[in-house]
Amino acid sequence: MDQSTKRELALKAAQVRLNILEAVHAAKSGHPGGSLSIAEVITYLYNKEMKTDPKNPKWADRDRLVLSKGHTAPALYAILAEQGFFSRDELKNLRQVDSFLQGHPDMKGTPGVDMTTGSLGLGISAACGMALAAKIDNKDYRTYAILGDGETEEGQVWEAAMFAAHYKLDNLCVIVDWNGLQIDGPIAEVMNPAPHDKKFEAFGFHVISIDAHDFDQIEAALAEARATKGQPTAIIMTSVKGKGVSFMENQVGWHGNAPSDEQYEQAVAEIKATM
Amino acid sequence: MAEKIATREAYGNALAEFGEKYDFVVLDADLAAATKTGVFKKKFPERFFDCGIAEGNMMSVAAGLAAAGKVPFASTFAMFAAGRAFEQIRNSIGYPHLNVKIGATHAGITVGEDGATHQCLEDIATMRSIPGMTIINPADAVEARAAVEAAILHNGPVYLRFGRLAVPVIYDKESYKFELGKGIKMTDGTDVTIVATGIMVDMALTAAELLKAEGISARVVNIHTIKPLDKEIIIDSAKATGAIVVAEEHNVIGGLGSAVTEAVCEACPVPVTRVGIEDQFGRSGKVPPLLELYGLTPANIVAKAKAAIALKK
Repeated sequence: MDQSTKRELALKAAQVRLNILEAVHAAKSGHPGGSLSIAEVITYLYNKEMKTDPKNPKWADRDRLVLSKGHTAPALYAILAEQGFFSRDELKNLRQVDSFLQGHPDMKGTPGVDMTTGSLGLGISAACGMALAAKIDNKDYRTYAILGDGETEEGQVWEAAMFAAHYKLDNLCVIVDWNGLQIDGPIAEVMNPAPHDKKFEAFGFHVISIDAHDFDQIEAALAEARATKGQPTAIIMTSVKGKGVSFMENQVGWHGNAPSDEQYEQAVAEIKATM
Repeated sequence: MAEKIATREAYGNALAEFGEKYDFVVLDADLAAATKTGVFKKKFPERFFDCGIAEGNMMSVAAGLAAAGKVPFASTFAMFAAGRAFEQIRNSIGYPHLNVKIGATHAGITVGEDGATHQCLEDIATMRSIPGMTIINPADAVEARAAVEAAILHNGPVYLRFGRLAVPVIYDKESYKFELGKGIKMTDGTDVTIVATGIMVDMALTAAELLKAEGISARVVNIHTIKPLDKEIIIDSAKATGAIVVAEEHNVIGGLGSAVTEAVCEACPVPVTRVGIEDQFGRSGKVPPLLELYGLTPANIVAKAKAAIALKK
């Protein structure tokens, strides 16, 4: 990837981070940590990888994204607003009773949301259904599912993994956000699902491990996933929860808390300093 | 004696029959031989997908298929659909109102020998609590076939409840018309209304005959669509007969008995008695003694009908 493209993507990811913080701060609730950790991958997906049409969000042949870790909806809303699926102004209405931006993604109400999620483990199965539909209909659209690392403690994730490999869903790419933290603490202490790579491999996936914040690695992994035939791909990306905001980084407390006014100002200043 | 066919049998045959006319796919969770989706699989193998013994995944996969424009039927036993996979049905299918048809077989006590773990007596209650869910519980093979087509033509989630046991065919295939959400008045009467669903419709007709012999005039209403409930026919029956007995192969809590009671209480309060499983788990046994043990009999409908009449002011 050339430097100008990389710079352009970095700026977009920074804007996604600002959008996340704006929405969560306005809502005074939400999940900033795991939203910030997927800013690069979600930015890359919507800008470089996926075929989507903001003017026709239900376009039948579009690529699909299922945010299986639905609590990080602010990241999805942040990128959808950037892409023009809806106005950026709506972000400040996150979680308000008259807004279509629900606490967790709602495909019925929000333009660009491909699947309703929030209950962990269900999204990856729905993504399997979409990938299977493409196979049945001989269509070439691809389906991406972003999972949390803690989410893989849900048994249904592995039911879905079995299904994806059994039906050779090579049009499915599962992305696991390995930030190492879940609500009750470090994932290694709460209920360790490691090693993820070996588990997905054993379930029949092509596995690629990358750094979640490196656009070169994201680009290469997604290209490799696209080129992989006969089996689904799992990209395990090591990330920093709360990435980009010094006091949120690797702090489990920022899983589901909104910043105060002062904290918000500091967070915005830190991100703007990178732009 | 009437011909006997299980509604699950009719379900499998209907899938195979309508598979020629409509574009849908069928999922099962390793029970194709029992749910009878195997009949469809044999005819349309490329449109059948076994999900293995993973019902939660199957329901969410069905949701994804529907989100991508397919019309999936997802089949397993009622216990593992409305029970085990309740949350997947609620959150993946119900909340986004996706066009998934849940073909739940082996509902109720008539599962027989397999016993309590497999005798689902609460599926109507759980499915009824999901906004926008349509629930159909056909009375015989003719109605079951028609219900499958109605489900295909309906845009939205549908829970279809089928039984394991061969039950009498009470409708004529040629003349029967299925109208989603509309109850069917089987016989008219003036003293009491028997509101029945599923296998209890045939027993309700027998009960009405028994009541007639005692000089009691009973109206019989078949409610095949439990949700949305045909309140019109229920209220009309309450007004016309002044007493109701509801009969269903389900826990008396949360099923058709509850739905009818709620409707009647809000619009035309009359006594309502209920024939169903009295808040107990089932047990292993042959079907006839099980039906006796749990009171799912014409005789019990008669007794509960009289009790309802006695409560009239």
